[in-house]
Amino acid sequence: MVLHIGLFRSPILLKEELFNMGLATFKGGIHPPDKKTLSAGSSISETKPPKIVVIPLSQHIGAPCNPVVSIGQEVRKGQVLGEPAGFVSSPVHASVSGKVVAIGEFPNAMGRMVNSIVIENDFREEWTALKDSPDYMSLSPEELREKVKAAGIVGMGGAAFPTSVKLSPPKEKPIDAVLINGAECEPYLTADYRLMIEKSSEVVEGLRILMKILGVQKGYIGIENNKPDAVAKMKEAAAGSENIKVLALEVKYPQGAEKMLIKSILGREVPPRALPMDVGVVVQNVGTALAVYEAARYGKPLIERVVTVTGEGVRQPRNLMVRIGTKVSDLIDECGGFTEGVAKVISGGPMMGFALGGLDVAVTKGTSGILVMPEEVVSHTEEFGPCIRCSRCIDICPMGLMPSMLSVLAERGHYEDAREYNLFDCFECGSCAFVCPSKRPIVQLVRLAKSMVKP
Amino acid sequence: MEALKKEHQLIVSVSPHVKSEETTSRIMWTVSLALLPAFLAGVYFFGPKALLITAVCIVSCMVFENLYMKIVGKKPVAGDGSAFLTGLLLGMNMPASLWSFSPFTAHVPVIASFVAVVITKQLFGGLGFNVFNPALIGRAFALISWPKAMTIWNEPTAALLAMDAKTTATPLGILKEEGVAKLLEVFGDKMSLYQHLLTGNRAGSIGETSAIALLIGGLFLLAKRYISWHIPVSFLATASVIAWVFGGKGALFTGDPVVHLLSGGMMLGAWFMATDYVTSPSMRKGQIVFGIGCGFLTMLIRLKGGFPEGVMFAILIMNCFAPLIDRGFQAKVFGAVKQDKAKEATK
Ligand code: SF4
Ligand code: SF4
Repeated sequence: MVLHIGLFRSPILLKEELFNMGLATFKGGIHPPDKKTLSAGSSISETKPPKIVVIPLSQHIGAPCNPVVSIGQEVRKGQVLGEPAGFVSSPVHASVSGKVVAIGEFPNAMGRMVNSIVIENDFREEWTALKDSPDYMSLSPEELREKVKAAGIVGMGGAAFPTSVKLSPPKEKPIDAVLINGAECEPYLTADYRLMIEKSSEVVEGLRILMKILGVQKGYIGIENNKPDAVAKMKEAAAGSENIKVLALEVKYPQGAEKMLIKSILGREVPPRALPMDVGVVVQNVGTALAVYEAARYGKPLIERVVTVTGEGVRQPRNLMVRIGTKVSDLIDECGGFTEGVAKVISGGPMMGFALGGLDVAVTKGTSGILVMPEEVVSHTEEFGPCIRCSRCIDICPMGLMPSMLSVLAERGHYEDAREYNLFDCFECGSCAFVCPSKRPIVQLVRLAKSMVKP
Repeated sequence: MEALKKEHQLIVSVSPHVKSEETTSRIMWTVSLALLPAFLAGVYFFGPKALLITAVCIVSCMVFENLYMKIVGKKPVAGDGSAFLTGLLLGMNMPASLWSFSPFTAHVPVIASFVAVVITKQLFGGLGFNVFNPALIGRAFALISWPKAMTIWNEPTAALLAMDAKTTATPLGILKEEGVAKLLEVFGDKMSLYQHLLTGNRAGSIGETSAIALLIGGLFLLAKRYISWHIPVSFLATASVIAWVFGGKGALFTGDPVVHLLSGGMMLGAWFMATDYVTSPSMRKGQIVFGIGCGFLTMLIRLKGGFPEGVMFAILIMNCFAPLIDRGFQAKVFGAVKQDKAKEATK
């Protein structure tokens, strides 16, 4: 656990800083209003089964999978629709029973067209045969890893990196700790929070399975301190396991970014461009841990997930258990529809989520929330000012970059120079653009520069 | 469904989708507010002339900025408060006596404003791109062009309506020409001297005299995090140490740092001029180097140079070095040092 008492921080503390004194944390970061109370009180409820699901064959980082069903074919719930193509890939499964009615290109949340399989629900909810393993803890690490892979589990915090790949580190990179990311540092989102409250023991089981697969003795669960009840619940659930520690973390965005979380909990810094495994760590999100448990125990593939539907623009913000492939418009209806003057619908959180161009987009394994923002809340403006060199972005960049320089260089088209200022270490967390008084679109400029030069 | 009809109206833009309340203009107006106590103290001690001169500076700066923007076809942004702030700072850096100096010299603030806003700022590319502090260049230009008018000081009267006042020397002027003994003679004793310097009841530029008011404004900005401690603290600390060691007559370690800290433009410079975002380094470590440089040069000019006061030139000289200092103190990328160490270890 690391306390950050920097020589270079202000001698006069902010309210948030006083409140957080002594908690594990990292250097930099921001305190956006968290707005979690909108949906925090709503327990996870089942969504009405959708009439149609659109299941993209690429919901993860890595190669899209190959379709193994054809149009007109009857499929059951949990049946494989696409087989992984390559090592860094993940299968996808049917989230309803019914008939395949189309295979073709559909837009995803990023606005890209991806090959997807469309199933019409017959509402019979017939499962394909699943392999139950009541004493899953006696299985070998290899068998467990195979189950995780077959279930199509990917990182559910948003990045959607295939979990089985993270669980197969090369021999020269020994792993000694598994971290469960319960920070949920994005404002508004409460999906992981609800899981920690309602499924605490399953999440802890998931962590134990992950530790077994990797053969490690140290497990940590890091939770931001604005969720004290989740901290208490998880502590209770982990009480029997001596090698699992539950830690309260400072409430600060982006506490849940992998590198920051590792720094906060273990004090290790992942070098630039390296991976957590390079410092002996594997990080998994709370939802992923639950999916791992369900895959090991019941053989259940990843066909549903918790999605927080929230924001000032939706009538009843809720946490929903949603089938993969459900359209966003169905979720909005489920939550009572829009309020007046909706300006923006975001897949994910307000800091790193993607603004949707339409509501036909399907929920995927990485969709943690749908955020609806009315006009008043959206800070969308084409107008921005020059950099006044105020240093705010430099002070808060968790990666220790100079966002001001990156934005100025990108604006002038000096992309090569931007690379010299560590352009590719920026993970686009958006903290700099949040604090900038000139409202400079720093993330947009960084992306532009990244697309113009090679790393 | 009604929701679907609205689809085409959805805004698609790059994250983040929330932003802080802070804006450039709010910063400018807050800094102006922080200057208010010192400015009011100036008006109190030097009378309505102080108010008039500052008003001329503010109005000229805003008019020139808008005119320039109109002429080059950019959107006028005088509402962002930066021209107002430049005008306010420029006015606070002028002697109140300027108004009554004959021949009448009201054109001085106007021309200085032009130099500050148009030449120093806009011709360098506008807000964010200027190398030198605009208000300081404006003042330096006036000082060089009208050396006499810019160095005649009124005695503070604290009589709100007095338009005429006796002229006198500034404490730093007395210190330079006649030494500390004379300074004590003029102000009575040491305590009385400190008291006058602290409240601002002494000759000097309109806004620089009240050390206590400037300190209040500076601490306010510090608490609001509009400035950080690095520049003012390193600036003032360096100046104090040099004043203490070399400021005395003859022997080392006999100088009086308090007199140096509280007189001249030290407080105004350290809290409000050297901390200008655009013309100081943006890395915190670099800001310490910048502050040390300012403190050193100020004292060098005060003790060895031809002028009694050196704050203005010290800051302007350091402005030139700000980009260089920034280059020398590039940020440490998260995880980078450890990698270097690891590399060395594997060698
Ligand atoms: S978006 Fe990039 S540059 Fe900006 S704060 Fe995050 S990591 Fe730093
Ligand atoms: S926060 Fe904005 S204005 Fe301030 S230094 Fe960074 S980019 Fe420039």
